[in-house]
Amino acid sequence: MIDVLVIGGGNAALCAALMAREAGASVLLLEASPREWRGGNSQHTRNLRCMHDAPQDVLVDAYPEEEFWQDLLKVTDGKTNEELARLVIRESSTCRDWMRQHGVHFQPPLSGALHVARTNAFFMGGGKALVNAYYRSAERLGVQIRYETPVEDLEIKDGRFVAALIPERQVNGVHLAAERIEAKSCVLAAGGFESNRDWLREAWGQNERGEYPSDNFLIRGTRFNTGTLLKRMLSLGADRIGDPTQAHMVAIDARAPLYDGGICTRIDCVSLGVVVNKEGERFYDEGEDFWPKRYAIWGRLVAQQPEQIGFSIIDSKAVGHFMPPVFPGSKADSLEQLADQLELPRETFLRTLQRYNKACRSGSFDHTKLDDCATEGITPAKTHWARPIDTPPFYGYALRPGVTFTYLGLKTDATAAVHFANQPSKNLFVAGEMMAGNVLGKGYTAGVGMSIGTAFGRIAGHNAALSCLDRQPV
Amino acid sequence: MSAESNLIPLLNTAEEDVNRQMQICNACRYCEGFCAVFPAMTQRLEFNKADIHYLANLCHNCGACLHACQYAAPHEFDVNIPRAMAKVRLQTYIDFAWPKKLGALYQRNGVTLALSSGLALCLFLILTLLIQGNLFTKIEGGNFYHIFSHNTLVALFGSVFVFSFLALLVGVVHFWRKVTPKEEKRQQEPLPAMLQAGKAALTLKYLDGGHGQGCNNEDDAYTLSRRRFHHLTFYGFMLCFAATSVATLYHYIGWEAPYPVFSLPVMLGIIGGLGLLVGPAGLLYLNYKRHPDHGDQAQRPMDRAFIVLLFMISLTGLLLLCVRETTLMPLMLALHLGFVMAFFLTMPYSKFAHGFYRSAALFKSYLERFKEKKSQ
Repeated sequence: MIDVLVIGGGNAALCAALMAREAGASVLLLEASPREWRGGNSQHTRNLRCMHDAPQDVLVDAYPEEEFWQDLLKVTDGKTNEELARLVIRESSTCRDWMRQHGVHFQPPLSGALHVARTNAFFMGGGKALVNAYYRSAERLGVQIRYETPVEDLEIKDGRFVAALIPERQVNGVHLAAERIEAKSCVLAAGGFESNRDWLREAWGQNERGEYPSDNFLIRGTRFNTGTLLKRMLSLGADRIGDPTQAHMVAIDARAPLYDGGICTRIDCVSLGVVVNKEGERFYDEGEDFWPKRYAIWGRLVAQQPEQIGFSIIDSKAVGHFMPPVFPGSKADSLEQLADQLELPRETFLRTLQRYNKACRSGSFDHTKLDDCATEGITPAKTHWARPIDTPPFYGYALRPGVTFTYLGLKTDATAAVHFANQPSKNLFVAGEMMAGNVLGKGYTAGVGMSIGTAFGRIAGHNAALSCLDRQPV
Repeated sequence: MSAESNLIPLLNTAEEDVNRQMQICNACRYCEGFCAVFPAMTQRLEFNKADIHYLANLCHNCGACLHACQYAAPHEFDVNIPRAMAKVRLQTYIDFAWPKKLGALYQRNGVTLALSSGLALCLFLILTLLIQGNLFTKIEGGNFYHIFSHNTLVALFGSVFVFSFLALLVGVVHFWRKVTPKEEKRQQEPLPAMLQAGKAALTLKYLDGGHGQGCNNEDDAYTLSRRRFHHLTFYGFMLCFAATSVATLYHYIGWEAPYPVFSLPVMLGIIGGLGLLVGPAGLLYLNYKRHPDHGDQAQRPMDRAFIVLLFMISLTGLLLLCVRETTLMPLMLALHLGFVMAFFLTMPYSKFAHGFYRSAALFKSYLERFKEKKSQ
């Protein structure tokens, strides 16, 4: 019998597998996807938010524990667990040497991401390069890896993991029989449920307009995060945490693919212009704060609009001052034409823009700081970087909510143990998106998903190995 | 920053694909640390024909960005920068070849072409020898100038080499003019950029993966083997070239061949020849092991033809040295000269051109970088 079974194939799962193997356990990792899609959402990530008290290779200045904690407290509105959050923060300051040992390379921040040079360490080549490095290292260390092996159910006895069940399936035209895999301990790191359209619909329900908002959501990451195991665990009585409608959600290009659109589908010009809804009305302060601090609220904002769509409108003054979008925007020489192209009600749209333009108080525009260009006398106000949209050509980008990952998960503690009726399991652990909700009750800040996945992946893997050797988790 | 701003040429399929993929990459930028292509990309919002050819030649086909790409197939975006760039590079070689008509040779370049031209030349030389009646004659001291006079060889090889080199230069200069906008040409001190570009080319900096562990070959693991075999090939070639140059110099100052084994030209030739034997053999092996998604499969015959030709030049050269005092010398000489002649003839229309176009692209990329630094 295998010692440690790791279910999942992304960053948290790989960290767990590597740690368990390093602790001397035999490890089997089951990835639901085919090899070419392996790595879950981790293949779309790009950096790790890291605490550090002094400059560290690619990280400048310092990002002390307290500041990291305050940032987390702010974005989550206090919906977090301080003990676990601080654990993640401290782990983030020490895990990078271990990551390097397993082949991960870091690089200075990418162009257009200098604002996180202090807080985030970037993976050279991005998350897929990291995932590749971990798989290579895992193979080298003798971790057994199986692709296209989705776990459908678990056997749990008295709060202890017994076996994982894999349904019969077709793989490359070959019929494979159902399997039952026993192990002495198990780590669950199989992601959230963001790619389960039915579950999203159930969670988000119907709004006051009679719409099912989630039907218009795009999924930025993997199509394999269907939440099968999460759902099963909850019905087996595992303690839960988080709200099923809470997620890392950003506003992305409406033309993005349904799955795996990743980073390139983001629209970065929101703070340089205005955003209107389908009715041609503005609905939120586009210049509330720096875009990297606000991008994670706009998915939800757009989700609350009619037909779950928004339109970012800029003029030629903004061109070249934001990350180039992957698809070209609608381009017009007049706002009237732009309204027609975007199929927005002309009159309302023009009135919104005229009002906004008139309300722009002159100031000295500076996109690198919270400048004094704000509107006066309109609601919602635009509090920074407000300049009249008056210089053709005008551009418009349609926005949709893009879900990165969901926060509903399994309740855990500092040992990463799964809990049943408040009792920690002795041999079943959880990491990654399946438990990120313990730290992230809502909101998001760049790179923290990888901090959580890495910290808890490592803890879960280590403790899973210890539990096989009948030692106490640490 | 657009060259040829007065006229926007239409893009062909290969160029359009680079344009499409660059829009995706420019919105992602995860690969910025790997090589010079992505930093150059970030300085642009749009990619015209000149930009596309410039970036394509800057790409070293290391494969790192393909394995790291979240948008590579089976993703519907089907991003494969090494392949898209390779296709445009071939177009560069064809478009800028001089005389223009000979650019078409790139489309038929392959092992067959190189070997058959090489063998044809060998045959030609063997026939000449047969007519002279001394194909299997032992020449005392191994002096091959008894077979072909020094002047004959200089006239034959000198003229072909000069023509080929000039043809290549005409192409590269034409390329340089096309990718460099007029306003950029004047205002900058070129020396620092030239030094950096030279260093990057001579050290193959962009085959180090950005982290020093090398590029990809058969899978997502990094390896320095391609860089090392390329170094052996390139420096081996240069040493062989130096050997010939030194020998020519000796000849004109009155010290005529044959030279003893421990003379400068022969030692240079032996060391260079060994490099040019091991290097191409390694590159050929790596080429066969290469991940099928790297670069343009259709160009592999061209790559291999060039590698095999270099290998044969070195092999016949070293064998010639070994048998120079036997009756096999004239035959081996004919073979060696045949392969060298084939190499010289095809220089401007073979893979050989890649070093020149890539160096030009590197020079441009450093010019841009220094310019950007200044403006900051």
